[in-house]
Amino acid sequence: MPHVVRAFLFVTLVWGAAPTPAVAQVDFSGVWAPIMHEDSVERAAGPDIGDFLGLPINAAARSRAEAWDASLLTLPEHQCKPHPSTYGFRGVGNLRIWSDADPDSGQIVTVHTHIQWMEQKREIFMDGRPRPPDFAAHTWQGFSLGHWEGPVLVVETDHLKAGWMRRNGLMLSDRAHMTERFIRHGDLLTHVYIIEDPVYLTEPLIKTNGFRLTTQVANPPYPCKEVVEVPIDAGEVPHYLPGQNPYVTEFAEKHKLPVEATRGGAETALPEFGRKIRK
Amino acid sequence: MTCRLAVAATAGLLAFLTAGARAEQGARPPVTPAQTPVVRSLHVQGNVWMINAGSVNVAAQIGAQGVLLVDSGTEAAADAILAEVRRLAGDKPIRYIVNTHAHRDHTGGNVTIAAAGKSVISGNFAAQAGPGAANAAKILAHEQTQILMLAPGPLGVAEAGRPTDTFFVEKDAFYFNDEAVELLHQPDAHTSGDIIVYFRKSDVIAAGDVYINTTFPVIDREHGGGYAGILAALNRIIDITVPRDKEEGGTYVIPGHGRLADEADVVDYRDMATIVRDRVRDAISRKMSLEQVKAARLVRDYEGRFGASQGPWTTDAFIEAAYRSLSPARAAAGPR
Repeated sequence: MPHVVRAFLFVTLVWGAAPTPAVAQVDFSGVWAPIMHEDSVERAAGPDIGDFLGLPINAAARSRAEAWDASLLTLPEHQCKPHPSTYGFRGVGNLRIWSDADPDSGQIVTVHTHIQWMEQKREIFMDGRPRPPDFAAHTWQGFSLGHWEGPVLVVETDHLKAGWMRRNGLMLSDRAHMTERFIRHGDLLTHVYIIEDPVYLTEPLIKTNGFRLTTQVANPPYPCKEVVEVPIDAGEVPHYLPGQNPYVTEFAEKHKLPVEATRGGAETALPEFGRKIRK
Repeated sequence: MTCRLAVAATAGLLAFLTAGARAEQGARPPVTPAQTPVVRSLHVQGNVWMINAGSVNVAAQIGAQGVLLVDSGTEAAADAILAEVRRLAGDKPIRYIVNTHAHRDHTGGNVTIAAAGKSVISGNFAAQAGPGAANAAKILAHEQTQILMLAPGPLGVAEAGRPTDTFFVEKDAFYFNDEAVELLHQPDAHTSGDIIVYFRKSDVIAAGDVYINTTFPVIDREHGGGYAGILAALNRIIDITVPRDKEEGGTYVIPGHGRLADEADVVDYRDMATIVRDRVRDAISRKMSLEQVKAARLVRDYEGRFGASQGPWTTDAFIEAAYRSLSPARAAAGPR
């Protein structure tokens, strides 16, 4: 074997046997304030009823949202629900991130995120541990495993509870799966999330959130205690019967949009759809 | 929570695919799956473990006094469930099996598992129970469940697998393994004799099939089930559960089928069941026929999660059960 080949093999073996260097890991630690230039309506009062613009939803998601009545949120058992991790990053509260490192290797083993509203606390495990079994409980934040792709933190999340897609009745099921990418550019953080849901989406739902590093202190507590605010007969659940929600077309009328365009579906996000409805 | 694969039977996948053989439908006689399912478990909290045997769940409460099982799974899975109980509890005796209802997928292991247990029987009761009674676990159930198990037919069980102790009132309770165990009768729900088992100190409910999260509610009308009873059971569970914080954790609920749940999951399911009830009621009030209701696809928004086009509990079977159960003639006769 020529010396040069032997040397190459030696270097390759030594390099491969060495521990993975930590240089690819990026420190996201700090408190990040949301930059609310995207989907500002989502950050405050929430979207209008019937506003499903551009979302790759199926007919089942649309039907369910049309039956949704905001009075549902008066039920005590609905009052203290936090956002699932598939929605919470779209909020108004600060995002705090910190991590735990292995004392020997210095490798990050867990990344923690904490969003202020309703104390959405989450752990992203970086140690490749096995996922819980399919019959384990689901949580609002889900079970998250992370890994590095260069300087980008990539996170895969499942075992989620059913929760919002939008706060106007569009829901994700507990079979949703989310892939995230955390990308840091100095004092700016870009959070990309891709949600797949075989129950309510026909295509992946892809969004981004921007955050700016802030010197504000850590998030304060957010206690919540449910209370009966409106008397409702025992066992009743507020909703609209099919075809009886009077607000479904209100958004289209307010903005002088064709109702068809507000109904959502993957095709409504494409330029071809715009040309179609202009005909 | 820890999880361990206890029995990796080669037929596991097949058993999963035949989950439809779960014996809970009224339209067809219940069937006990012949395949041995994969049996796994996880610690819920306190004294309680959840044993997942293919498509069916068994709860195990384990402590110094021994083992209490809620349901016994299918006959085919009995040995594997027993092996998992032994792995979790060592040589602690199995003292009780509580049957949440009479379907064979929840009682099929009674004979095998009870025979592996021991009862504490003494005094006057020794003669009453018979000489061999101490050499088996006691089997507890509601009287309505016992009646279904005694009757000839698909729910019939060999004598050694029948309930040894029953109650006919709303609630039975006893103290075992340092906590109160409540057996709460939920009439005319999945069947006529359902009970919800509440471990008060562990803060875990074993719901049987009044709460499942795999399909639409299964209403076995042939054996006394009814839509109103299912909703009453779900609301009763929600009344008992208290989340630890932000609608998560706290009281856990082991469903008869499906994944471990807490209050928010039961609320989600209860909301769906209530909304569907209102839609079917509305359709009935507008004189729609059963075929018209099926064609209207009143549950289209939930079909992707809970529906099925084949198997023993299809969306159509659910709609039919709901329609018949909620029709005025039926309602007038009782809560079914």
